Amino acid sequence: MMKSKIFNWVDERFNISPLIDFMKHKEVPVHKHSIWYYMGGVTLFLFIVQVFTGILLLLYYQPGVDSAYESVRFIMTKVNFGWLIRQVHGWAANLMVFFIFLHMFSVFFTKAFRKPRELTWITGMLLMFVAMGAGFSGYLLPWNELAFFATKVGTDITGAVPVIGDMMKVLLRGGDDVTGATLSRFYAFHVALIPAIMTLLIGLHLMFVQRQGMHEPDHFKNDPKRKVISFFPNFVLRDALLWLIVLNILLYLAVFFPWELGLKADPFLPAPEGIKPEWYFMFMFQTLKYIPAHVWFIEGEVLGVLGFGLIALLWVLVPFWEIRKKPGARFRPMNIIGTIGVIYIVVLTILGYME
Amino acid sequence: MGISRKKFIDYVLGGSLIGWLGSTLYPILSYLKPPKIAEANVNSVKAGLMTDFAVNSSAILKFGRMPVILIRKEDGEFRAFEATCTHLDCIVQYKADQKQIFCACHNGLYDLHGQNVSGPPPKPLIEFDVNIVRDEIVVSKPKQV
Repeated sequence: MMKSKIFNWVDERFNISPLIDFMKHKEVPVHKHSIWYYMGGVTLFLFIVQVFTGILLLLYYQPGVDSAYESVRFIMTKVNFGWLIRQVHGWAANLMVFFIFLHMFSVFFTKAFRKPRELTWITGMLLMFVAMGAGFSGYLLPWNELAFFATKVGTDITGAVPVIGDMMKVLLRGGDDVTGATLSRFYAFHVALIPAIMTLLIGLHLMFVQRQGMHEPDHFKNDPKRKVISFFPNFVLRDALLWLIVLNILLYLAVFFPWELGLKADPFLPAPEGIKPEWYFMFMFQTLKYIPAHVWFIEGEVLGVLGFGLIALLWVLVPFWEIRKKPGARFRPMNIIGTIGVIYIVVLTILGYME
Repeated sequence: MGISRKKFIDYVLGGSLIGWLGSTLYPILSYLKPPKIAEANVNSVKAGLMTDFAVNSSAILKFGRMPVILIRKEDGEFRAFEATCTHLDCIVQYKADQKQIFCACHNGLYDLHGQNVSGPPPKPLIEFDVNIVRDEIVVSKPKQV
């Protein structure tokens, strides 16, 4: 047989039998929270979409103050299906961040971050920050009015970080102001640096998950009627079906809810009214509006930056300080903390869009 | 000798590693820091003729690379401020209906003296001098800055 000959040839050299064996015996638990097992996979699928559509956009996109906006308009109006590729790229970015949030909160509420998964959680958190960085840097590339001011505000916020803030701001902007130099930098971050870091982190994150297997909830581990399905092919086929559904949703959104290109950035025009950041930064943006200019002796934005920085750090370190439920207590403290977080994000996001 | 041969080699190798890291990272970090580009030092800008500006209106002037907002108040008097919001760097606009200066990014408000009235801006806008020379408006940097 040709097939076994090829297999033997490869196996002799790379000893892949144990890997095949591992795949054959990999199982996925089936229980009432199994749905959450799919969120990471969907996020991975959207990342793959981003890489593909991103490479396609690179063929026509030209960074630069005099060409960025024009080349995006060219993609949208002249290039065959250019509008579709750009819209899919824009929507997949948003859906990716959305599924990262879903994935993160499902892991948080099912306590899947506990030992031995601390590093899986941390790589996941880093992936989320980097993905938001990808969104932020990609947002500027069309060089339109909204992108310009979003970048001004976003990079100025880093300037509020004590001691190293000013240096970081200059490093991000490539100068004191948001100019063509900033565009070049964000382009390099967006198409080279960030994808490379993300690929590395995704590799680690997935390797950890493969080594540890799926997390099982406590009630399930001791259940005599514990059910599992094989990863290959049963789970993979379900995954594939979901990816197909997500691809269809993506195309639907791209066709019927296109992102507008807007006006070209002009550093000598006032910020337009009703200016808003991307939705996943909205709750932070809205918080900054509510913090007064001075709180006690600290400037408002410094307080905001330090506050969010501290919360982010605590969130990353959750596996190391988790408050366990006391026996007999009615509520799980971590679930209360998580719920407050979700409510805060949802309410401030809605308030931001209502104004 | 108070130090063993192994320890000695550890120190030498460790020291060289730190030296190597430093000499590699220093050029990279320096490369990331953008060089200062010489900027034409603009001290004053001619904004146009008085008759070009309606009362209760505004315009944004290019003051080198800096935007400056020129406002003609209702009483006909001119005022000019640096147009960059002191909060997070957005460019402000003049609201003719409220007779205030407004930043759309985070709802910052300033009065017509540049004082931060409400919203998050922590400092007033820097005021520029406006002189009228034979009907022509000349906006210039304040002396102190």
